[in-house]
Amino acid sequence: MTFADAAFDKGCPSNLAPPAHGTNVQGADAFVQKVAGRYILDLNVRGAKCGACLARIEGAVQGLPGVSVARLNLSNGKMRVEWSGALTGTEVADAISDLGYGVSPFSASDSVDNRKSEERSLLIAMGVAGFAAANIMLLSVSVWGGANEMGGATRQTFHAISGLIALPVIVFSGRHFFRSAWNVLKRGHANMDVPISLAILLAFSTSVWETVVGGPHAYFDACTMLLFFLLIGRFLDARLRRQAWSAAHDLAALQGRSVTRILPDGTSKAVRASDIQAGDELLLAPGERSVIDMTLTAGESEVDESLVTGESQPRTAVAGSLLYAGSVNLGAVLRGRATAPAANSLLSDIASMLEAGEQRRSSYRKLADRAVGLYVPFVHSTAALTFVGWLVAGASVREAILVAVATLIITCPCALALAAPVAQVVASGKLFRLGIFLKSGDALERLAEVDHIVLDKTGTLTLGEPVLMRDAAAQASLSAAAMLARASRHPLSRALVAAAGPGPVAANVIERPGLGIEAEIDGETCRLGAPDWVGAKPAAKSTGPEIWFSRGRSEPVCFRFEERLREGAIRSVQGLRDAGLSLEVLSGDRSGAVARLSETLGIADWRAGALPQDKAARLEALQREGRHVLMVGDGLNDAGALALAHASMAPGGAMDISQSASDAVFAGGLASIGQVLAISKSARAVMRQNFALAAGYNLIAVPIAVTGHVTPLIAALAMSLSSLVVTLNALRIGSGTGGKA
Amino acid sequence: MTILIYLIPVALALGGLGLGAFLWAAGSGQFDDPLGAAHRILRDEDDRPL
Repeated sequence: MTFADAAFDKGCPSNLAPPAHGTNVQGADAFVQKVAGRYILDLNVRGAKCGACLARIEGAVQGLPGVSVARLNLSNGKMRVEWSGALTGTEVADAISDLGYGVSPFSASDSVDNRKSEERSLLIAMGVAGFAAANIMLLSVSVWGGANEMGGATRQTFHAISGLIALPVIVFSGRHFFRSAWNVLKRGHANMDVPISLAILLAFSTSVWETVVGGPHAYFDACTMLLFFLLIGRFLDARLRRQAWSAAHDLAALQGRSVTRILPDGTSKAVRASDIQAGDELLLAPGERSVIDMTLTAGESEVDESLVTGESQPRTAVAGSLLYAGSVNLGAVLRGRATAPAANSLLSDIASMLEAGEQRRSSYRKLADRAVGLYVPFVHSTAALTFVGWLVAGASVREAILVAVATLIITCPCALALAAPVAQVVASGKLFRLGIFLKSGDALERLAEVDHIVLDKTGTLTLGEPVLMRDAAAQASLSAAAMLARASRHPLSRALVAAAGPGPVAANVIERPGLGIEAEIDGETCRLGAPDWVGAKPAAKSTGPEIWFSRGRSEPVCFRFEERLREGAIRSVQGLRDAGLSLEVLSGDRSGAVARLSETLGIADWRAGALPQDKAARLEALQREGRHVLMVGDGLNDAGALALAHASMAPGGAMDISQSASDAVFAGGLASIGQVLAISKSARAVMRQNFALAAGYNLIAVPIAVTGHVTPLIAALAMSLSSLVVTLNALRIGSGTGGKA
Repeated sequence: MTILIYLIPVALALGGLGLGAFLWAAGSGQFDDPLGAAHRILRDEDDRPL
């Protein structure tokens, strides 16, 4: 039994995400806004995946007194709560946290809205272009169909109506392309929007001219259809990018958390972490995660630094010791002095490492960019040569322009614009159904190039939580020990409770930092903790974490724990090796634990005791060797390495910052790594095929266009057909890999 | 063929109706949470309007 199974029905009821615990919800009050007598709080909810989660969370918050609005957006995990009355923000956040979901307050910023409005304006532009394309096509089909019977005046009227529909639509929907094309032209460059804008504007103006003089061909349908197809690709791309961006934005939300500051007069107050200056006195409550580096001034407690260092055993922190941001206080109240403002904390150092990584990644040249680089000069020179060629051959200027415009339209990169986004959307949808959340479309291309995998140990290869080893002698004392353990946040205590199941808590449990916990059960003094303290003499040197329990004068018993591998880890690792990938383990934990685990998995290449900087350095070394590294990790200590790697993945239970730093987040077991790599390879293959199809299409279409055989009918057919072929081809992604582990 | 004088505007008006519905839906946030909307419809208790 794992901890997740025994977590008393917490978190997602469909088990799509592990339940969260120990989330810091202190000081949600600092983020409550007061508008017209009502309180508004925006929350980030993690772990909500299904309809039952939605009903549970909204139901719990609606049940609080005075709440008028509680609405969770399941797509992005944002929740807005509005209420009036005496309710506090912390109570609202606690209600969600108690259900086993991760929750953190955030202040809705303008930049989020900007991204959103860009996406929405693309969607509206797409809808408008679709409307125009459909209606103009209705008129165009009658013109083409009645070519021999329709009178010149009727045709001219139909063209005029088409033009009247097209004009506002081209201005409205086309502005996205015109603006972007103008911006790059000003700087002396060219992008895909330049040939697009040129084709649309030229086709529209010649069509207007043809309509005025009563000519047979007008390209109004082609203009709007072009816009419609291109905007579909643009919208899909914008949506993928916004998703990626908002995932990265959660990092800022983490830093936006609040801390308890002790004011000079001795009272405490919840303030935003960003307002803290070096030297401020802070309070760290039990169970709270520190967001600021601090030197402790008073108190003694166990702290869990597994997210900072990767070390799975808690450490005892006393006055004078340094506590890094990301550490969780497991025991008593701690007081400390901030050593640096939040902006200079370890968390921010890692955040800047992330930024460096992002920059490096943004310089990655995407397949689509490379295709466009080849494409733009080709299209322009072909159209220009066609124009000149026809003039030289003795055609009139009007004829030459018409043929050149037809060439521009037919070569316009509809299929090219759809080739990558459609493949990315299909692939990320496929991965989503496998419980893998892909954060950016171009991550697929980087994932497909991976040849070396670096794995973190704690929380990645293992579950990150110790599991009690079954032992007949210890089993008898389990229920008594669990009564003590229920009062403690120590990971070993929690593992003990997980094994024992629900039950009562002993009264008056006293926590002795560094030693253990003590209480009286039925008049007998019981102790749970270090061997010397409970009066035991360990027979042999322990191989893993252990905890001792004594009751009255009876012989102390030992509870041994093991780190449990994630389900299917051995098989997944074997599968990756069979796929021809090299693997290594890079952990911050002690070498004994790492060696044992690597041996079990059959990975010869392992490094232990690595600090965050060491991990980053190792990644850079591998990069210099020319390896394409996939980093898989969960902790704060992995975040820098995750950002530096060619591609990266984090498990669903990982810290937010690590999830932000990685390209994909997986909820299932390690089999997901293989699935991601397989699907990304398949997606890359399909993208390449799509570009090849687009090129092949041009190979056939360009000679027809250049020789002047293209009519608006042929242009419309060719454009739709090539876009359709590319889209259908993208639907094949992952069809052969869906069920494979 | 004078019927076209009525039919073309009628066709455009019908298309415009669809476009208007789409613009309203996009503007009022109907596409903001496709995942949640799919699940909300299955909930038994009455959902309070926004």
